[in-house]
Amino acid sequence: MTSTNADLPLKHVPGHIKHDGHNLTGFIIFLCSESIIFLAFFVGYALLKITSPEWLPEGVEGLETRMPLINTVILVSSSFVAYFAEVYLHKKNLWGFRAMWLLTMAMGSYFVYGQYVEWSELAFSLSSGVFGGTFYLLTGFHGLHVITGILLMGLMLARSFSPNNYDKGEMGVTAVSLFWHFVDVIWIILYVLIYVWQRTS
Amino acid sequence: MTSTKYDPRVLKAPHPVPGAPDNWKRFLSFNTDAKVIGIQYIGLSLFFLLVGGLLAMVMRGELITPPADLVDPSVYNGLYTMHGTVMLFLFLFPVLNGFNNLLIPTMIGAPDMAFPKLNAAAFWLVPVFAVVLLSSFFIPGGPASSGWWSYPPVSIQNPLGHLINGEFLWILAVAISGVSSIMGAINFVTTIIRMRAPGMGFFKMPVFVWTAWAAQTLQLIGLPALTGGAIMLLFDLSFGTSFFRPEGGGDPVLYQHFFWFYSHPAVYVMVLPVFGIFSEVITVYSRKPLFGYKFVALASFIITFLGLIVWVHHMFYTGTPQWMRNLVMITTMLIAVPTGVKVFAWLGTLWGAKIRLTTPMLFVLGGLVNFIFGGITGVMLGTVPIDIHVGNTYFVVAHFHYIIFNTIGFGIFAGIYHWFPKFTGRMYYEGLGKIHFTLTFIGATLNWLPLHWAGLYGMPRRVASYDPEFALWNVIASIGAFMLGVASIPFILNIVSSWARGAKAPANPWRAIGLEWLLPSPPPAENFEDDIPTVISEPYGYGLGKPLVEDEEFYVRRSMEA
Repeated sequence: MTSTNADLPLKHVPGHIKHDGHNLTGFIIFLCSESIIFLAFFVGYALLKITSPEWLPEGVEGLETRMPLINTVILVSSSFVAYFAEVYLHKKNLWGFRAMWLLTMAMGSYFVYGQYVEWSELAFSLSSGVFGGTFYLLTGFHGLHVITGILLMGLMLARSFSPNNYDKGEMGVTAVSLFWHFVDVIWIILYVLIYVWQRTS
Repeated sequence: MTSTKYDPRVLKAPHPVPGAPDNWKRFLSFNTDAKVIGIQYIGLSLFFLLVGGLLAMVMRGELITPPADLVDPSVYNGLYTMHGTVMLFLFLFPVLNGFNNLLIPTMIGAPDMAFPKLNAAAFWLVPVFAVVLLSSFFIPGGPASSGWWSYPPVSIQNPLGHLINGEFLWILAVAISGVSSIMGAINFVTTIIRMRAPGMGFFKMPVFVWTAWAAQTLQLIGLPALTGGAIMLLFDLSFGTSFFRPEGGGDPVLYQHFFWFYSHPAVYVMVLPVFGIFSEVITVYSRKPLFGYKFVALASFIITFLGLIVWVHHMFYTGTPQWMRNLVMITTMLIAVPTGVKVFAWLGTLWGAKIRLTTPMLFVLGGLVNFIFGGITGVMLGTVPIDIHVGNTYFVVAHFHYIIFNTIGFGIFAGIYHWFPKFTGRMYYEGLGKIHFTLTFIGATLNWLPLHWAGLYGMPRRVASYDPEFALWNVIASIGAFMLGVASIPFILNIVSSWARGAKAPANPWRAIGLEWLLPSPPPAENFEDDIPTVISEPYGYGLGKPLVEDEEFYVRRSMEA
């Protein structure tokens, strides 16, 4: 036992440490971890595509790329719109933020609608071999993330109307827009893997 | 006892623990205090240790005679599947998360975890997925029976055609467990990065914090891969895709990559915190600084890195090309280097020390001996020619039980005894603890040592019946398994009775050095609250006479007066 002399004067000054601001740290760690699921799917997709003796199911020529390209452009540019929304928020211009944020949501929703149209016109299904399975798995899993992003943005938009909400910083908005950029980057990789890289043999 | 000797503004009494100290009802509630959650984790997981142990004893009862007579062979398949799943996902991961919850905030001087609500939610997912998993015993077709690794094509058979089948529930349970683990991992890593006490640089953190950090990093990198594989497996099983079905162009071996990319690192997720416990316990009871502290700390992350590039050694005999086998054999051998660093550091610490053989120290020394043994058989198995010869025999079973129970399990028992006074405020009974250790050590050795020979002579695993030439080894192993069952009696007696009426524990019964020992026993709800000590020395300064924190005297006094 450490010797303690109760008569010794103690020169102890209590310190004070504030623990906040690590929400963003946690969210970034989450995104890193989440990206590994996509990485697993991408690697699995690539391996299956390389090794599969018959990639395309019978009667399927390949994927149409024009519509998805328009979709891609819209989704990727929505990332920039989200960035401007953040800039407006930093400048305390709430209406500018709301307008830009709503535009981002609209572009995201158009992307989901475009996906829906594409899915409904395809000649193959989830059970059409590995080709169908991986296509619907990858685009569907990504689509779920897009929908989640739109819902989170709606939440942030609603919060912007409660008074003094963004006085203490806009962690939620930063996190959601990070998530949105993440979803975009994933889509670019996905677009290259699925639509650009179509086997010619 | 309150003191009036110092300025009350400076020396304020810590808040009392919510409710009375012995108010057990808070352990059944949604509580966001990391220390309550830690005890919830450990208590629940020890219950599942009994469940998993019971399944194991039914299996060993079946294996005591060569023919399949006690249970039907198909029931036996379900038994070993559920035994593995329960032990890993319901005992080992939760119990170690319990230690993380108790020790990380107290060791780094944080008031709580970074995200207390997320933390509590992560815990309450454990009973949810336990119910999902164990309910599969009561559905038509019985529980999943393709082993805890669930390889397709066996695992994607659905002979009865029900949507809800054992395999479906198994995947669902593993998915919920994955969500819970990721929630925990984000929490632990954020806490370690952001909430250390002033002055606590990375190289002033206790080794347990280092190892927990390394282990949770592995969770964050590895677990999503398994989740990806499990989602694909679920689609194959239930929605007619063919990711792993060769007839639809899929590849069953791909699943093995997904599975082992996580499940091999999972071993390090479990063993790394135990290395941390070893380092804490060995230094306390040999009263010497940890030999090569910085190397021990850094070796944790080297294990993390190497752990991510060796998974293919589980697939030496599943069509892996020779060049990849050789590559993975080399990386597997390399893991012996950082683990060797740790083992020699512990031996260097023990060398010439005045060792106190308390129960936790006995468990650590026993675990260390077993780890060296299991490590050597691990190097053997990492060698391609030996692995191809003994793969899928009881040699593998014996090897991984030497790691997973005889090392990790021993480390967990050591940790429970070592920190029992700190977090319950009561001393455990040393005599009962030693009986528990003796029975456990003898039982574990009898159980798994003979199985090495059975495996080398070619006894295959995962089968309910075997050739009579292996009978002797199996009789000994079964006796050992039943002894392990008996060993749980003194353990439970000890925990329950000493918590209920054991002697009150002082703040620092082992004269240990560490921030958690500067807190009262049990620590108040917010640990140091906002009066967090400033760390000035490396950990484990035993015999060096240097204070660990500024104003150490103050914290020692306060912890004793609470």
